[in-house]
Amino acid sequence: MKDPRLVKLGLGLAAPVLALLLAFLITSLVLVVAGDPVGEVWSTILGVPEERNIANILNNATVLYLSGLAVAVGFRMNLFNIGVDGQYRVAAFVAAVVAGEAWLPGAANTVLAILAAMLAGAAWAGIAGVLRARRGVSEVISTIMLNFIATGLVAYFLRRVAVREEGSNDIGTKEIPEGSRIPGFSIGDGPTEVYGFIFLAALAGFVYWFVLNRTRFGFDLRATGRSTTAAVASGISVTKMTVVAMLISGAVAGLVGLPLLFGDSYSYGSTFQSGLGFAGIAIALLGRNHPIGIAIGALLFAYLDEQSNPLQILVGVSPDIVAITQGVIVLTVVISYEVVRRYGVRLEQHAVARALEADRQEARA
Amino acid sequence: MPDVAPAVRLRGIGKRFPGVIANDDINIDVARGTIHAIVGENGAGKSTLMKILYGVQAPDSGTIEIAGEQVSLSSPADAIRHGVGMVFQHFQLADNFTVLENVVLGAEKLHGIGAAARAEITRISDAYGLGIEPDRLVEDLGVGARQRVEILKVLYRGAKVVILDEPTAVLVPQEVDELFGNLRELKAEGLSVIFISHKLDEVLSVADEITVIRRGTTVATVDPAGVTSRQLAELMVGSELPSPSTESSTVTDRVTLHVADLSLPGAEGPGQGRPLLDAISFDIHAGEVLGIAGVEGNGQAELVEAIMGMRPGATGSIRLAGVDLDQLSTRRRREAGIGYIPEDRHRHGLLLDAPLWENRVLGHQTRKPWARLGLIDRKAARADTERIVADYDVRTPGVDTLARALSGGNQQKLIVGREMSGEPILLIAAHPTRGVDVGAQAAIWGHIKDARRAGLAVLLISADLDELIGLSDRIEVILRGRMVGSFDPSHVTPEQLGSAMTGAGGAV
Ligand SMILES: Nc1ncnc2c1ncn2[C@@H]1O[C@H](COP(=O)(O)OP(=O)(O)OP(=O)(O)O)[C@@H](O)[C@H]1O
Ligand SMILES: [Mg+2]
Repeated sequence: MKDPRLVKLGLGLAAPVLALLLAFLITSLVLVVAGDPVGEVWSTILGVPEERNIANILNNATVLYLSGLAVAVGFRMNLFNIGVDGQYRVAAFVAAVVAGEAWLPGAANTVLAILAAMLAGAAWAGIAGVLRARRGVSEVISTIMLNFIATGLVAYFLRRVAVREEGSNDIGTKEIPEGSRIPGFSIGDGPTEVYGFIFLAALAGFVYWFVLNRTRFGFDLRATGRSTTAAVASGISVTKMTVVAMLISGAVAGLVGLPLLFGDSYSYGSTFQSGLGFAGIAIALLGRNHPIGIAIGALLFAYLDEQSNPLQILVGVSPDIVAITQGVIVLTVVISYEVVRRYGVRLEQHAVARALEADRQEARA
Repeated sequence: MPDVAPAVRLRGIGKRFPGVIANDDINIDVARGTIHAIVGENGAGKSTLMKILYGVQAPDSGTIEIAGEQVSLSSPADAIRHGVGMVFQHFQLADNFTVLENVVLGAEKLHGIGAAARAEITRISDAYGLGIEPDRLVEDLGVGARQRVEILKVLYRGAKVVILDEPTAVLVPQEVDELFGNLRELKAEGLSVIFISHKLDEVLSVADEITVIRRGTTVATVDPAGVTSRQLAELMVGSELPSPSTESSTVTDRVTLHVADLSLPGAEGPGQGRPLLDAISFDIHAGEVLGIAGVEGNGQAELVEAIMGMRPGATGSIRLAGVDLDQLSTRRRREAGIGYIPEDRHRHGLLLDAPLWENRVLGHQTRKPWARLGLIDRKAARADTERIVADYDVRTPGVDTLARALSGGNQQKLIVGREMSGEPILLIAAHPTRGVDVGAQAAIWGHIKDARRAGLAVLLISADLDELIGLSDRIEVILRGRMVGSFDPSHVTPEQLGSAMTGAGGAV
């Protein structure tokens, strides 16, 4: 007899692997139709990354992971937070201003800025939460709107507080003092450092898992996501949960811009990286809202992004091809989880049938 | 002239789910123009079998023949094409549509959506005595009428075999009689009816043939003329048929629940002013069971939800053992000692996609032994779920099984066990034995009586008048949101209650 736990683990791994294979297949079809060199594209992308690239992958994954977590918090309650983009923009700006002003010395300044970022992200998402809870406004609509407003608002305030960087036309907030930055570490002797924030991201993942699965609050949140009517009957205040879930989702989203801020750019400027919120949606789906799953999804997306960079130079294919792969993964993952689930059910049924047959033979004997 | 080929012939049907064998070698023949009843314990596999015959689930083995032709049904559309229709226990009608719209929805190709469709609906309604007006709004119809609309929907699509899964569970006796009248009309026109019920007296009175399913397999097909309900019950489970009877009164003089002047305004809008609850007042003492009799939709659900704090618009005063509940949230009210068995277990009682142990915690998130410092101790929750599964005979492979995988009756047993745990002082029980088999019904009644003897106050709402009369110390009749009469269960007959419930008479 096979160990049922091994079977379960195998099935758990089978689903994402199947999804990836399917996604690669579909991307290959696109390449073939477009007349691009399929083999060369894949050998470029799927190569083993160099040390320098590994640091980039880890950094990018850190950011994507936080974004995925923020979206996942909402998903667990059937809330679709599309506004992670706006939330981390507002939050990163606030953190940059606070850290740049350096009211507190050293690490205390860092902590204060991180808290300020989480508060700002929470407040921004909280608007959508309150609108949903009190007025029934769909959070999908309101968070999209808030994304636009965030862009405008931050651009406006940036002009008010900005200092012009020396020798360039870019403007940005004051630089974070040396003592308040988060130091990175390097892998091997590559030139790029890995953000120290990666540990905070891992901690965030652990807290997410613990709160959802071990606390009463997490129970209430998951129950509300599964059935609002049953949640109400069980004594959960759904309006309160909606607001709180959006606050938490926003607070986590507030962290998304920080690895870069504290580990690389040290100021919020016009070169701010946007669009990470949407990648977060895909990654949360891919990782099935599970903290480890999201981590794997974030690493995968970061890996594909990094490896596709030289495509244009090496084989003359636009790196945008991986955006297709990433998009397709989101679809195939949904399908393959279902396929594997059904297969698992069948396996179990066969096991039951065999046990029954054995029982009967025993009875006959 | 007897038709040689039966309307439905099932041979060797088998169906497995993870950890359970739902159907195993089922053999049934349903003759044309008959009413065929299917009975069996909770979890015996009745609903699964019907879902197979209606194409919702695929069998693992066995064959289905309809009117002599072997078929393979992979969807309800397939089943309808072969003349098989099914009415589920949870009605599937759109409330704000008319009967006509509901009936033609998805079947526009048959008779269009206009005059021809209306004529066809009227024709069917007249032919089988369903008494349906095509232009009524579904939300204005009572439960019995909605069920007839569901039946008409099935007939409209050309069904020759009509499956009804526990159709009488939601009906009061008069409605049950009407339904059986309709079913007899159907059979007189040569249609076949397959229906599932746990109420064996009903089964004996209306069925032409009865098939008993035990642990997923057909153990006997009997002629109702030749058996008693006691023998049927023995075939099903091997145990005896219970009858509810109140023992000596345990009513104390301590008021547990005091409700005064409870009102709930009706839906807003012009001319929609009738209140859902109108100045309701009553007391329930420790050790007392107050039964509420009424046709479904007369304010019972609203009354329960107002007491639970789920209806923000309610006015009046509610006190539990001297504590004013008016300002308390639903959670605080539960913590104050209310157990709540909701009327609709799928909407209000369960997280269908969560394991049983999480469902055990639901509604009791803040209770010992699993709630500690805002955390939930899974081991303690699992252990207590095991206890309920054993004490209340919930048939399940384990406490990590999803609630959805349990049969309807077993889901109900889990809810009852959960709400009777933690020593509530007030139990609000809406249809506590709906959908459970005779054995489990007796067990649940036993649990309620034991708790009552220990001082539990019970607000009992039930469509089953025998249950109401058997368990209650006092019965109030509710009609259009008002209490219209009080009865002593030891002197009232189901007929008297029935007429009071429809406003036809009784004490006012
Ligand atoms: N979707 C499912 N997944 C897993 N198990 C299931 C599923 N549906 C039913 N079962 C199992 O199959 C068995 C038969 O269930 P079924 O619903 O047919 O019982 P039933 O005779 O209708 O009972 P009841 O009288 O309580 O409604 C039960 O043990 C149930 O747990
Ligand atoms: Mg059933």
